[in-house]
Amino acid sequence: MIRFDRVSKRYPPGLDALSDLSFEVAEREMVVLSGHSGAGKSTLLKLIAAMERPTGGAVLVGGQNVGGLPRPALPYLRRRIGMVFQDQKLLFDRNVFENVMLPLSIAGFPPRDAAQRVRAALDKVGLGSREKALPIMLSGGEQQRLAIARAVVGRPSLLLADEPTAHLDSETASDVARIFHEFHQVGVTVLIATYAGELFPSARTLRLDHGRLLA
Amino acid sequence: MKVWLLQHRDAALLALRRMAGAPVNNLLSLLAIGVALALPAGGQMLVANTLHLAGTTSAAPQISIFMAAGVERRAATEIETRLARYGGVKQVQFLAREDTLARMKASGGLRDVIEALPANPFPDALVVTASDDRPEAMEKLAAEFRQWPKVEHVQLDSAWVRRLDALVRLGRTATLLLGALLGAGLIAICFSIIRMQILTYRSEIEVSELLGATDGFIQRPFLYYGVLLGLGGGAVAWLLVAAAAIWLRAPLGELARLYDLTLVLQMLDARDSALLLGLGSALGWLGAMISLKQHLRQFRSA
Repeated sequence: MIRFDRVSKRYPPGLDALSDLSFEVAEREMVVLSGHSGAGKSTLLKLIAAMERPTGGAVLVGGQNVGGLPRPALPYLRRRIGMVFQDQKLLFDRNVFENVMLPLSIAGFPPRDAAQRVRAALDKVGLGSREKALPIMLSGGEQQRLAIARAVVGRPSLLLADEPTAHLDSETASDVARIFHEFHQVGVTVLIATYAGELFPSARTLRLDHGRLLA
Repeated sequence: MKVWLLQHRDAALLALRRMAGAPVNNLLSLLAIGVALALPAGGQMLVANTLHLAGTTSAAPQISIFMAAGVERRAATEIETRLARYGGVKQVQFLAREDTLARMKASGGLRDVIEALPANPFPDALVVTASDDRPEAMEKLAAEFRQWPKVEHVQLDSAWVRRLDALVRLGRTATLLLGALLGAGLIAICFSIIRMQILTYRSEIEVSELLGATDGFIQRPFLYYGVLLGLGGGAVAWLLVAAAAIWLRAPLGELARLYDLTLVLQMLDARDSALLLGLGSALGWLGAMISLKQHLRQFRSA
């Protein structure tokens, strides 16, 4: 599903975020990326979604070299990937329903099917009754679940999450972790960057240290 | 195809919603654009009215041909038949010298002067209405008539044609110039309004890109916003011009009556109204497009 082939990413003026990184993630696998802050976890996820381009090596997603994709092709790559961002990136002037609807409007779903899918995604994360609420009215855990609902509403085969349990109390965190497990069980490939690897005991762990993979 | 239409509808609705979200700002923007467009639109209204006035006063330009004094009546009638068959001549009217004398005597002021003269001072005359009344065509006809035998003098009644023609041309040019200047102003206004919009909806643009939105999807609501600004501004301009027309109608009518003219100030006709709204929309779209090209790129490299 994902293959990194001697990937490096250097930011000017010579800061190596990732160096000579090679690994593979199989289809339907659940993988946890761990490592200290600044180890390169976020950069790695951004390379997969082509939010950044590698300075060396190749990043392959579903056999496609995403680092070499021309700009007009990026939207179609991103529609196949569900992403939960570290800072969530919710739209605070739109309600819960509209936030989850956005990826479907972007992909051009017929509105009736789309509304059904949005409700299904919200039910899945336990926000079925908060459709009309604005994100600002939600608790931290609810906002995180909203971000997850938005990531999965397009039924992607690959789900990326950057620190999805940060700033959550332990009970809420394990709640959120359970949701990821459920998606993994229905066949979604899941890649989670987190400090809290213990929340995902069944996942394979890739440990990053200063942009390199530890065995 | 259906999806495409739906996405356009959604983008237009979103633009409308954003516009309604800041009513005071947007009303002032529309007023600014409306005033800018009202000047050329008002100019066009005046030009159209001038042409209308020229058309209805029926003082179609004419050529007067005066026969040499003392030639026989037969010479004049020959010229009349020749004129009647001549290409480019629409109508010929023969004025016998006796009739002219009688008419002049009847018209008051000149009677004493004319009666003091020993003989009829007026020659036989012919008044020609040309089928093509453009000044150049009239000039050409007159030059030909001057070559004809026993014609003493040909007077082209063209001064007023020329004056009116020059006036209308000046009015047209001024309107075009104003239109071009203020059209550029409209583009500039839209450019900066859309820039503010892009800044306001920055996070939405960013999130949409990350969720797989194409450039078209992201730009669409902003382009509709530009079109709405131009269209709304055009509508405001139309109302301003219509209000001015109604307000000026009575005093202008009165002024015209002093010159024995009937003038009812006409509002912009359907064609000019459509042109105003269409151009407003197109320029709004253009301003938005330039702004998007400029600012989305900056925003990405930031």
